[in-house]
Formats: sequence, structure tokens, C-alpha cells
Amino acid sequence: MSMSYAVKNLAQGSRELIAFRIGEQEFSVNIMSVREIRGWTQATPMPHAPSYILGVINLRGAVLPIVDMAARLGMKQAEPTARHVIIVAQVKTKIVGLLVEAVSDILTITDENIQPVPEISSDIEKQYARGILAIDKRMICMIELDALFPDKESEAA
Amino acid sequence: MKKKVLTVDDSRTIRNMLLVTLNNAGFETIQAEDGIEGLEVLEGCNPDVIVTDINMPRLDGFGFIEGVRRNEKYRAIPILVLTTESDAEKKNRARQAGATGWIVKPFDPAKLIAAIERVTA
Amino acid sequence: MDMNEIKEIFFQECEEQLAELESGLLKLNDGDRDPETVNAVFRAVHSIKGGAGAFGLDDLVSFAHVFETTLDCVRSNKLEPTQDVLKVMLKSADVLADLVGASRDGGSVEEGRTRTLVKELEALANGEAPSGAEAAKPAPKAAAPKAETPKPTDDSGFQPIPFTFDDFGGDEEQAADQTTFEITFKPRRELYAKGNEAALLLRDLSRLGEMSIACDADTVPALDAMDPEAAYFSWKIALKTDKSEADIRAVFEFAEWDCDLDVKLAEDGRGDDELPMIPVPFDLSAFDDAEEVAPATIDDASAAVAAAETASAVAKTVAARAEKKEAAAAPAAQAAAPAAANAAAGQTIRVDLDRVDRLINLVGELVINQAMLSQSVIENDNNGVSSINMGLEELQQLTREIQDSVMAIRAQPVKPVFQRMSRIVREVADMVGKQIRLITEGENTEVDKTVIDKIAEPLTHMIRNAVDHGIESPEKREAAGKDPEGTIKLSAKHRSGRILIELQDDGGGINRERVKQKAIDNDLISPDANLSDEEIDNLIFAPGFSTADQISDISGRGVGMDVVKRSIQALGGRISISSRPGQGSVFTMSLPLTLAVLDGMVVTVAGQTLVVPLTAIVETLQPEASAIHSFGANQRLISIRNSFCPLVDVGRILNFRATQANPVEGVALLVESEGGGQRALMVDAIQGQRQVVIKSLEANYTHVPGIAAATILGDGRVALILDVDAVVAASRGQSLRPEMSLAATG
Repeated sequence: MSMSYAVKNLAQGSRELIAFRIGEQEFSVNIMSVREIRGWTQATPMPHAPSYILGVINLRGAVLPIVDMAARLGMKQAEPTARHVIIVAQVKTKIVGLLVEAVSDILTITDENIQPVPEISSDIEKQYARGILAIDKRMICMIELDALFPDKESEAA
Repeated sequence: MKKKVLTVDDSRTIRNMLLVTLNNAGFETIQAEDGIEGLEVLEGCNPDVIVTDINMPRLDGFGFIEGVRRNEKYRAIPILVLTTESDAEKKNRARQAGATGWIVKPFDPAKLIAAIERVTA
Repeated sequence: MDMNEIKEIFFQECEEQLAELESGLLKLNDGDRDPETVNAVFRAVHSIKGGAGAFGLDDLVSFAHVFETTLDCVRSNKLEPTQDVLKVMLKSADVLADLVGASRDGGSVEEGRTRTLVKELEALANGEAPSGAEAAKPAPKAAAPKAETPKPTDDSGFQPIPFTFDDFGGDEEQAADQTTFEITFKPRRELYAKGNEAALLLRDLSRLGEMSIACDADTVPALDAMDPEAAYFSWKIALKTDKSEADIRAVFEFAEWDCDLDVKLAEDGRGDDELPMIPVPFDLSAFDDAEEVAPATIDDASAAVAAAETASAVAKTVAARAEKKEAAAAPAAQAAAPAAANAAAGQTIRVDLDRVDRLINLVGELVINQAMLSQSVIENDNNGVSSINMGLEELQQLTREIQDSVMAIRAQPVKPVFQRMSRIVREVADMVGKQIRLITEGENTEVDKTVIDKIAEPLTHMIRNAVDHGIESPEKREAAGKDPEGTIKLSAKHRSGRILIELQDDGGGINRERVKQKAIDNDLISPDANLSDEEIDNLIFAPGFSTADQISDISGRGVGMDVVKRSIQALGGRISISSRPGQGSVFTMSLPLTLAVLDGMVVTVAGQTLVVPLTAIVETLQPEASAIHSFGANQRLISIRNSFCPLVDVGRILNFRATQANPVEGVALLVESEGGGQRALMVDAIQGQRQVVIKSLEANYTHVPGIAAATILGDGRVALILDVDAVVAASRGQSLRPEMSLAATG
């Protein structure tokens, strides 16, 4: 059902995004990759993990890594509190939890809303930013999750 | 009243094909996996016709047919032999054992039903 | 159920039959001459052929037919199953398996291979020596009375397809050439004894056209002299039909041998009237209701007797029905009998694997839930209500039992995998010109299906290696005073909650000089490294190590033993090798029986909860200060019963803390690792032992060095399961390198 819904929206050239906030900045990801949104629970730290991996949690029997989006996007590492939320999202074949400060909006946009990423952007932003949205005087950066988590195994294959 | 068919075959594939064919044709189907089980099942199910394979473990089709024919109560039941054997020798043995008729595998559903119709009232 | 499902069943059944075939042939190869073994082998091929025919898989049918014919010669003792003969048969079994695979997956089998084997099989059936033994004298021709393969059509009076009902019911359109046949039909008592029924044959005959019938009742004796099973009647039939004589005879096909049948064209459409015949119009309605035999239309008095007797020709049918009613009068017995029969025969059921897995997952959740419940009850239980505690304990016990039982459903014997190996040995040995015998032991050892599925590939690789590199050429073996035929032994057994698979060859063993040189060349060890024999042998598992000087077709497919080791480790298993120069090598694999649960010791390390597999732990100790000895810069040893064992700080290795913990404040777990001797793993505290459900980390994250998997504890949090071997290896200087797939690359 959600499939046909997506197809319908695509046909109209519009799509839905979930916007979230980290510090002063707003970002958005395609709603199709979001499975659910849940509150923060203590994660089990992983040895030898990069700094943006906060650890793993139990999501109804599955082991889910939690990514500190602030750290991943090159900002100051988060200090998770009960007010933080986890966006459970599908990235390629894997399910990951994205720790953000708050979910701010669900946006319906068309291609006209999207502006290109300015040339001045640094490399790290270029990697994941797919465009910039200007909505109600807010600036929302569109993120490509697949680009944030390159699949190393497929590269090696 | 549905006619009742007892099928005896060790191949799951053939058993399933028989089941589908016979059920579609409106028969009630009881299945056994070899001659021994066939004789055991026979006691309880009292079929109108029996369809049996020849090559089976434990008790083959010949032995099974002989067993049925020795049984005072069931010896009049028509027995069709399912066989891929085309040589006369096997058919003769089946006949001597008391087979009523035979169906050559791979069987065509229509032919199977026709053969059953032929030997049952 | 539709045809596709049945086809699926057919292919499943083929797998079983192929396994049966191969194991039977191997038994024969070992000198087994039990007729039932030959029968089973024959039946396997026969069954495949039968099913293949039903699905129109012609290639499969025709090969199976030739194979079956040759096997039939063995079955009827016309062909001696010598080693040479069995060699051809084993090859044929392989081709048959490939043909099945090709039919299933839509591939094809190299035609030349099939053709060659068909020729060889036919030659065998014709009593010629197998081509593999061309040096041997030709086999005695006399041993082959069956000089040609049976053809689908036969030379007897029978046609393979007995029915010509194609035009049944739809014959109006071709009413052109109507002829009248005069048929005389005199059943013998055998006809009835075989379950045929004259009345039914006449009914069928009547469907071919317009029929008039006369019954000859002359031979009927007086009632008191009557044998109820004898055949007293004969019939004269005039049939006006557009069908041929063959069509008419086809009706009597089943009865042909048990009756006198005469079919001829009527001279003037009328039969002669020599016999005192009573014409009886044949009434089909008599068969409409089986329970009631309607009398035929009778028009004169004398006909009444005969008609009644005509009806009595079906008397046996009626009698049989009466018996049926009798049987029905005892419904209890009737119901009980099939139930008993089913109980005897239905020892197994086939269940879709998905359903089992779903059940296993649910039980896994149940175990976690039960643990969480217990924990919260204990936490909130301030005055210890014993009934709740007892209930919880029972629940725990039951949960555990359910889990064990569910796990047992997935347990399968390793036999199918072992059987696949014998084919690989055959093929590779053929390819490299070696003579090798595979002996398998413990085929019925059971292990989780997933383990079985996943063990096949590494095992295949190891078998190829053993054949290609392990066993020497026959010449070399002879020169070394060995049997030119090499032996590979594959065995499985249960040991302390794990399955132990051993692959032993009687080949040349590891060439340590060469292995060492190679390791030096590849920068795996320094040239002056002082390694024990065991350590050198285990170098073959090092990443990037390949022993084959030239990459051969067989084992040099770019994968080395490191890949084998990795896949075994991925299963939570261990592998090691021990080798004796000139005498061969033994690979030992130890694998968990299930991938779903594990008995673990729950420990605390740097504030984190970890699970250490119980199977790895030899004992636990509380180190005393006097037992701890510094060694070198930052190594510490613990003395245990006069031997010194390196201490490994788990918290440090996993980078959970920056400095080493004080051993005296913690607990040491003495562990045995694969090929690495003993180590004392330092943890902060032991929380307890428990069975944990294994959860994959790789599913959503990545492999983490030093961590085997994850689990979920009673508080709902994830705990990591320690990979003891990796931790020990890391303590020996091999670093735990993170290989993060979620790691940033830019």
C-alpha cells in the first residue's frame, strides 16, 4: 500500500520528507526510508567503533546500531538525554537508529522547492547533502542516507 | 457417494499428482507409501478401487496385490497398476498377482480417470 | 496444491533419491551385496524417472531410463557390480544429479558427458566391459542375455497406452463409416478373480455405438451345484459402431487374458442364431445407482430367468457391497484402523522451514521476555512472595524446555553434506589423476540446519585441497611405500555441546619448509621467527597465504584457507590443523550445534556486561597478588599450578578502558583457544551463567573484531558476546583491526 502511495506521489513530482533538528540546523531525509521514531534508550557501546556510533540497542529483538547524527555530520558530539529521539531508518539492507535532537516537521515538497548545494560547501557536506530547501524562511538540508553510510562490503566485492 | 480410491506409491511426487487428479475428479483418496502400509490402510478404508505402484520398498506392488487378493473381504476390489514398466514381463507378473488393469506412467489425468471408471461401477 | 507445488515436491524428492542412490552405490562399492541395497538404488532412479516423465522432463527421463536399465541388469544378477561398473554408475549418478539440477534451474548439462555415459551404460547392459577397464579382458558375453535395452514399446500383445478414450462421448461428428461387429465374449473365472467385471466391460462396449446383446446361460448349472465364483455366462454382442476392431479390443484390454474374445465383422449385420440366445437390451441405467441393480427390460417369461442371472453376473459386485455395509456397521473398528496405520507409517512430517524459523524466533523472544519478567519481579519483590518465585522458576524451566525442543526440530544429520563430498572427491581425483577413497563416519550426527548449510562450502574447499594438495600422486605414494590409493576420512561427532568435524588425509602432510618460506616471502612472519611446528602449520590459515605453487584449476580459485577459517569463525566455530610429515594432516573443526542459543557466562568489564561462551572457559580463578608476575614491558603472567599463563585484560583489548585493570580486583577466566593454548582473561566480575539467544550484529551493523555476536539480556539491553579466539589472537600481537562498514571513508 505504501508502495502505491509512493508511486502516486512520485507521479505528481512531490515527495515527503521528515525534517529533524541538530543544534541550530535542520536536516531532512526521505520519509520512505523512515521506519519509526522512538525515544532514546541507553545503548550498549561497541568496541573499536567510530566516534559517531553510540552503540547498539534492542529493537524488538533486533540489534540496531545508533548513529549520533551530530557527530556523523561533523558537528559536536551529542550527549543524549531523554529528550533526544531516534529515527529508525532503513539504509540499504540495514536498519539503523539516527539520534537527533528533535523531529521538527513532515514536509511535502516538489522538485521546485529544492535548491542546489552551494559551491562553498566543504567536502563532508558535499558527500551527503543532496539539496537545500527553503521553507518558511527556514533552511533545511536534504540528506542522502545511503551516502552517509557507504557500504564498504560492496566496495570490497 | 464419492468413490473411494486407495493409492499406493512410494514417490511423494506421484502420490501428490494422484491426489490432485483424483480429488479434482471427485474421488475420495486414501494414500499409502508402500505395500505394507497399503495393506494396513486397506483394512480400515474399504476402497472402491486401488491404484498401486510396482517398485516400492518393504513390500512391492506384486506382493501388495497378492495380499489384497488373499483377503477374503477385499479380493474383489479392482486394482490398477501404475507403472513405468513397459515390458510385458512385469505386466504379466502383475496380472498373475491379480491386477485388474494398468496405467502407464507418466499418466494423463483423463486416462487415469477413464481407467478407474472402466473398472468401477 | 497446484502443479508447481508438486514440481517443487518432485525436486525435493529427487534430492532425497539422489542421496539414496549415491549412498547405495557407495555401499555396493564397499562390497555390500544385499539385494535390498540394489533395489533401493534401482528404485531411486526409477522414481526420478517416473516423476520426470510426469513433468515432461525428457532429457532426465531418457538418461534415467538408460541408467535404470543397466541397474536392472545388476538387480537381476545379469551384471556384476564390479568397481569398474560402479565407477560408471557413480559418474552416472553425478550426471543424473546435474540433469535434475538443470531441470530445476533451467540450465543444461554438457551433452558430451551425458552421451558418453549413456554409451558406457548401454555397453554395460549389453555385457561389455566398462571402458575404464579397456586393458582388462572383455567380459564374457554370455553374462548378458539381455542384449538390448527395453524400448518404450514392447513386443507383447500389450500396448503401453491401454486407453483410447480420446473420442469418448464426442463421436457424433464422425458417424460416417458405421460397421457392425459381432463380438463373442466369454469370461473365465480369473477375470472376476482379478476384479474385472463383465458387466462393466459390456457397459464400456455399449458406449462405442449401438449395441444389442444376447446372453448365453446354457452352462449355468443347477443352483445347488453353482460355484459362486465361477463364470457361467457368455455374451454375444452386435455392435454398430464407427470404431475399429482395435478400439473394441481395447475395451477388453484388462480382460484379454482371462476371457475368450472373438471380434469379427458381421456378415450381414446379424449374428447367427445357433445358440439359444435371449436378447437382452443393455440398460446402462443399471449402473446409475450402484446400490440398486435395476432389472433389464424383459419382454417374455423365459427371459426373466436369464435376465435375473445376467444380473447375477454382477452378483459379486453386490456381494462385495454387502460386505461394505457390514464393514460400515463397525464404524469404531473402521475409524481405529486407519489411525493405527497412520501412526505406524507417519513417523515424520514435512514442515516448511520458514514456519520452524518463525517458531524459533518467537521462542527466542519468549526466552528474553521471560528473563525480563523474572528480573523485574525480583527487583520489585520486597518481601519475597515465594509462590511467584516458584512460578517464575517453573516458567523458566518450561521456557527452556520449549526452546530445546524447538531447536531440536532444526537439527539435521550431516549426511547430505558428507554425501556431497564424495562426489567432489571423485571428480577432483579424476581431474588430477589420483586414486582416493573417501571414508565417512558419524554421518548421522545432528546439527542445526543452518550450520549444515553453511559448512558445505568451506568443507568443499578443504576436500578439494586435500585431494589436490594433501594426497600425493599414486607414483609418489608407491615410491614412499604407501598404498597408491589415498584415503580421506571425514568424520563428525558430538563433543561437549559442539559438533566436531574432522577431515583427515593420509597424504604427505604439511611441507613446513615451504610454508615457512612462503610466509616469509609474503611478509607474514619475519625470517628469523622461531615458530613451533604447530604454529607453522597454522600459518596456512593466515590471510593472503596460498600453498599451491601454481594456481590449479581445482583449489586455487583465489580463496585460501583463510577464507575457510573465516567462514568457520562466522559460524562461531574454530578450525585447526595438525600434520605429520609423510603421514598426512588432520583438520579439526569445532562448531556450535545451533546458531540460535549459547550457554554463556555473564561478566562485567569496565562497567559493560559481556557474555563469554561457556564452552571456551576451562575454569575461573580469583587471582592472588602473589600469583601475578610481570613479564617484559607490559605483559603479565599468572601462575596456575606451577605453569605460567598470560593474562589478557579484556577491557583493555576491547578498548573499554585506557589502562590495565588490577588483576587482583577482578576474576580470571582460564580459556582454551583454538591452536593458541591457554590464556587467562581478566574481567571485573562474574554475574552468572545463562543461556542466551544469539543475535546477529552483522545484520544491521558490521562484524566487530573480538565480538562474536550480541544477545539481549533480561533488562532488555544488548550485551555483546565475546569472541574468545579473536581476543586471544589479539593478545598474541595480532591487532583487532576494526573493519567497519558503517565507518566513514572520506
